[in-house]
Amino acid sequence: MGDAILRAEALRAFYALDIYGKTKIIQAVNDVDLEIRENEVYGIAGESGCGKSTLLKALAAAIEPPLRLMGGKVVYRVNGAEIDVATLSQEEKRRLRMTYIAYVPQGSMSVLNPVMRIRDTYRDFIESHLDVRQKGEAFALAREHLVELGLPPKILDAYPHQLSGGMRQRVTIALATLLKPRIIIGDEPTTALDVVVQRGVVQLLRDVQSRLKNTIVLVTHDMGVHANIADRIGIMYAGKIVEEASAERIFGAPTHPYTRYLIDSLPRFGDKTPRESVPGSPPSLANPPSGCPFHPRCPHAMEICKREMPGFTRVAPDHRVACWLVGEGSYGKAA
Amino acid sequence: MEKLLEVENLTKIFTLGSVLSRVKITAVDNISFFIRPAEIFALAGESGCGKSTTARIIMGFERATSGTIIHNGRREGKNEKVWFTEGIQAIFQDPFATFNPLRTVERYFFETIQNYRLATSKQEAIERIDAKLRLVGLTYDDLAGKYPSEFSGGQLQRISIARALLTDPKLIIADEPVSMVDASLRMSIVNLFKRLRDDFGVSVLYITHDLATAYYVCDRIAIMFRGKIVEMGTVEQVLMAPKHPYTQLLRASIPEADPARRWQGMIRLSDIEQDEYLRQGCRFAGRCPHVMDVCRRVTPPQFDVDGAQVACHLYAEMPRSDEVLIASQGQ
Ligand SMILES: Nc1ncnc2c1ncn2[C@@H]1O[C@H](COP(=O)(O)OP(=O)(O)OP(=O)(O)O)[C@@H](O)[C@H]1O
Ligand SMILES: Nc1ncnc2c1ncn2[C@@H]1O[C@H](COP(=O)(O)OP(=O)(O)OP(=O)(O)O)[C@@H](O)[C@H]1O
Ligand code: SF4
Ligand code: SF4
Ligand SMILES: [Mg+2]
Ligand SMILES: [Mg+2]
Repeated sequence: MGDAILRAEALRAFYALDIYGKTKIIQAVNDVDLEIRENEVYGIAGESGCGKSTLLKALAAAIEPPLRLMGGKVVYRVNGAEIDVATLSQEEKRRLRMTYIAYVPQGSMSVLNPVMRIRDTYRDFIESHLDVRQKGEAFALAREHLVELGLPPKILDAYPHQLSGGMRQRVTIALATLLKPRIIIGDEPTTALDVVVQRGVVQLLRDVQSRLKNTIVLVTHDMGVHANIADRIGIMYAGKIVEEASAERIFGAPTHPYTRYLIDSLPRFGDKTPRESVPGSPPSLANPPSGCPFHPRCPHAMEICKREMPGFTRVAPDHRVACWLVGEGSYGKAA
Repeated sequence: MEKLLEVENLTKIFTLGSVLSRVKITAVDNISFFIRPAEIFALAGESGCGKSTTARIIMGFERATSGTIIHNGRREGKNEKVWFTEGIQAIFQDPFATFNPLRTVERYFFETIQNYRLATSKQEAIERIDAKLRLVGLTYDDLAGKYPSEFSGGQLQRISIARALLTDPKLIIADEPVSMVDASLRMSIVNLFKRLRDDFGVSVLYITHDLATAYYVCDRIAIMFRGKIVEMGTVEQVLMAPKHPYTQLLRASIPEADPARRWQGMIRLSDIEQDEYLRQGCRFAGRCPHVMDVCRRVTPPQFDVDGAQVACHLYAEMPRSDEVLIASQGQ
């Protein structure tokens, strides 16, 4: 594991919606500091709607209206040089996409053209990114990856609607790994899969990662997948990263009250005792709570929690938590 | 024994490919199961094994190649769509695809209310909508005037459950309803299914890859592989003591939420070929650690193993399920 390859600094990305002439702002990513290291698997987990997909869009330089970059920056390190994504032209971004950074968005259907056979989607993709010499090799690799993912090459003749949800998901993963990108960003890439195939996909991602020495950023709700593949995990709540540590510590020593709920709500085999979910309801990101956004639902909330967002405290060498219970925070800042 | 829904010898064959190279895929291959009133029944198994196709046929979105669906004792005729009875409602895998991005979400609710004449005034309609939304932890005010893009996947999924509840259905067909939501919301959604079953006698056909929640909330479960049901029984039987080698592989592949117990060893998916659909005998033979000669020649029938039904030659000593069934009906 090496130096930072992808960095977010005080990143803020909001949706600005125009509703009957009034602008409504949704603070989906709110002051996120993040450093993703070369050749690691970084997992992101958190409540539905807390801003994970939005964060990935920002990291993948895929910000489009109504989403707007409101502050901070995203920095890539390409061939040793640091590049502020905001300074890139559309054309430069297009070129970096898929070759430097491959992004598989949530809901794989959106990537596949519904009126095109899978073969033609692949062909278009390969032709628009590679020169003639590399094309044959790319096609061969595509076939190889499909087979490794348990899909017969025959499915290249199918239209997306003729494939099951899990098949479509694998088709897009095979596509994303094709151009040997330095960073692969996957938004829920295994949710529609059975656990055997899921294991195969995770295996392929890991294999690609060790072969190409690249970096994987993975959002999933499946904590079992995080436990199996992630080196480090960031826990997100209401647009902010509230805890970050090695997978071992997130599962073994979860510290933020939200993380503790998340880990405790996991069902276990052989145990049917009612599992509780996090009390209260998710915060509105249009009007997030003051101070620590978890305070309305937190059993440990104190006066200060309602007024001020805590900064990060390092509770162990590679483990940071933003919660007043562990300290006022000095390293980095979450708000 | 009362049955709310009965699926008998259901088969669905698709054709794939161009005129020159047509491939037939038996997506659903002669499956039978039933769901009792106030029961949560899970359908799990391989990606692409025919779960959604089965659900779509039950709802009338797709025609079966052969077989019957009996709902409430009524055989569904060729052109009748069970779907349009208020007794069955559906929740789908991808909440993003459920809603048209150009329409407000509340319009779907008002439309359902209108179609089924569930209210006589707008006020009454709003009250009904609000009551159903509260069951999933939302309120009418949360969605009034909003478009689908303003919600996250998890929020949209809860919204589509609330909409399904508008007609007070007796059976909910939920195709991977929790795959898009976080662990805590997953629990709240399956707890909601539990409550609907226990307090309102609602049955749920719960299609899922999440076997831990299936274990937690379901009464019975069927495991499908390549269009066939390979094992069926109570969740205790099937998930705690799996008998079919595929179920055993499935059970062993569930990722544990513990980094100290990562998957060990590699698995090969590469020999999962569509050919398995065409092959004689057991479709798992190519990957089964217990494969025998007979497995490649004869399609295994279902055997009754301690009350569970298992389609595997390893249990050839056991009575056949169909014989057990006839015997019990004769009594
Ligand atoms: N295109 C959009 N327009 C307006 N608001 C949006 C849009 N996309 C997302 N949002 C809002 O931004 C917030 C964050 O959404 P995001 O999709 O990033 O969440 P998420 O953590 O990925 O959720 P999930 O786990 O359900 O996928 C949510 O409140 C959502 O309603
Ligand atoms: N319209 C169609 N035309 C041709 N083949 C189809 C069609 N719909 C489904 N299939 C095929 O039928 C099989 C079963 O698909 P289905 O969607 O029912 O699977 P599933 O069990 O729901 O899978 P998943 O868990 O991935 O959602 C797949 O092989 C798929 O390719
Ligand atoms: S800062 Fe306060 S409210 Fe926030 S999680 Fe910590 S104790 Fe709870
Ligand atoms: S029938 Fe034979 S090949 Fe199939 S699962 Fe049983 S032992 Fe394995
Ligand atoms: Mg998301
Ligand atoms: Mg499906």
